[in-house]
Amino acid sequence: MAKRSFLIPGVDKRLLIKDSIKTMPDVTRRRFIAGGASLGALTLLTGCDVVDSSSADALLAKISKFNDAVQDFIFNPDALAPTFAESAITKPFPFNAYYDLDDAPEVNGDDWKLEVRGLVDNKKSWTLPELYKLPQVTQITRHICVEGWSAIGSWTGTPLRDFLKLIGADTRAKYVWFQCADKDGYNSPLDMRTALHPQTQMTFKYAGEILPRAYGFPMKIRVPTKLGFKNPKYVVSMEVTNDYKGGYWEDQGYNSFSGS
Amino acid sequence: MSSLTVTDEQVSATPAKVIQPAWVRVMHWTNAVAMVLMILSGWQIYNASPLFGFSFPREYTLGGWLGGGLLWHFAAMWLLMINGLAYLVTGFATGRFRKKLLPITPSGVLHDVRAALTFKLGHDDLSVYNYVQRTLYAGIILVGVLIVLSGLGMWKPVQLHWLVTLFGDYPTARYVHFFCMAAICAFLVVHVLLALLVPKSLRAMIIGR
Repeated sequence: MAKRSFLIPGVDKRLLIKDSIKTMPDVTRRRFIAGGASLGALTLLTGCDVVDSSSADALLAKISKFNDAVQDFIFNPDALAPTFAESAITKPFPFNAYYDLDDAPEVNGDDWKLEVRGLVDNKKSWTLPELYKLPQVTQITRHICVEGWSAIGSWTGTPLRDFLKLIGADTRAKYVWFQCADKDGYNSPLDMRTALHPQTQMTFKYAGEILPRAYGFPMKIRVPTKLGFKNPKYVVSMEVTNDYKGGYWEDQGYNSFSGS
Repeated sequence: MSSLTVTDEQVSATPAKVIQPAWVRVMHWTNAVAMVLMILSGWQIYNASPLFGFSFPREYTLGGWLGGGLLWHFAAMWLLMINGLAYLVTGFATGRFRKKLLPITPSGVLHDVRAALTFKLGHDDLSVYNYVQRTLYAGIILVGVLIVLSGLGMWKPVQLHWLVTLFGDYPTARYVHFFCMAAICAFLVVHVLLALLVPKSLRAMIIGR
């Protein structure tokens, strides 16, 4: 751990470490992250170094892949996330990101277009007024963060499956991959079955108002059957693809399926 | 070669009876490893969004960061669940639970707690559990079931929504999960302390006799 005296005033220690890790070559980076796992207490308990980092890493990654398959297997495309009454909505609904609200993308809605790529018939880009004309539905569901906290909110928008149908997406493809305007280029893949889930939504409004900057203006993808980090905000493009293209958090080790 | 044949006499002369059969010993220590991995990675996850006004010291957490803690937690959970399920099935099927842990009577518990606190509780026959042991062991098995159920509910609040409903809602399941962990940690302290006070019981759990 860095000592306080080495810290630059006003620089967030955790972000600094994260940024430095990114500059490391891949192998070093993985070992560094796993280094946190070679744990004195466990070593004492067992009398051996439990975490020979590279092999432990490889094993954990394998099990996480296995867990993807297990979650895919138990995913019921018809099982709906519980919905709530308006009175249950969490106020204020938390802003959450790997940066402060001041660093959240400021998207100009007049210039913004949703780009559509990959295995779709109609690859035209969509302006905000065009998207606002699509039929919209509202859901009041629980957002569950990978950190464990949760909050209930109200999101309004177009079911993603309707939009995928509209643009002639090949729904036999494996993924819909989203790219976002966040700094460091947030992106995240959704498995097709989840993308087609009735509650997976292209969201344009929060609590009946145009989506504020804090919650992902101009568009977020609301997925109540996934953890929060699989709900991308500030979306700029979607790609229908058979390739697993990774994701901002997925690449750092969060389980990729992360269904709920 | 005839000198190597085992006679009936030699067989009957085998030493002390088995107190802890092999399956109990293997599953006990497997569970110990799984529990430690689950608790330490669980503390890492807890620290990402603490339920209370404290965090666990970094050096006692597993995984280095939230993502690493989750990888450990969702790997060790298989060890905990598969081993735990095998233990429950075997414990019921062999009648061991019934024979070792029952009956539990209030008067028996009171008597043995009093005896324990005045250091008059004997451990002459390790194959018979006193009422304090029965209560603790039966209780910790129930807590083990509860921590797995609440954990599964938190892992899959949509696919296994009936599990979450069992606890009330998602946040409640989270609190149940936490308090089960706290109960297991408290049990661990007492359990390890008592095992060290009665070393022959530790020996029995290692070599069976």
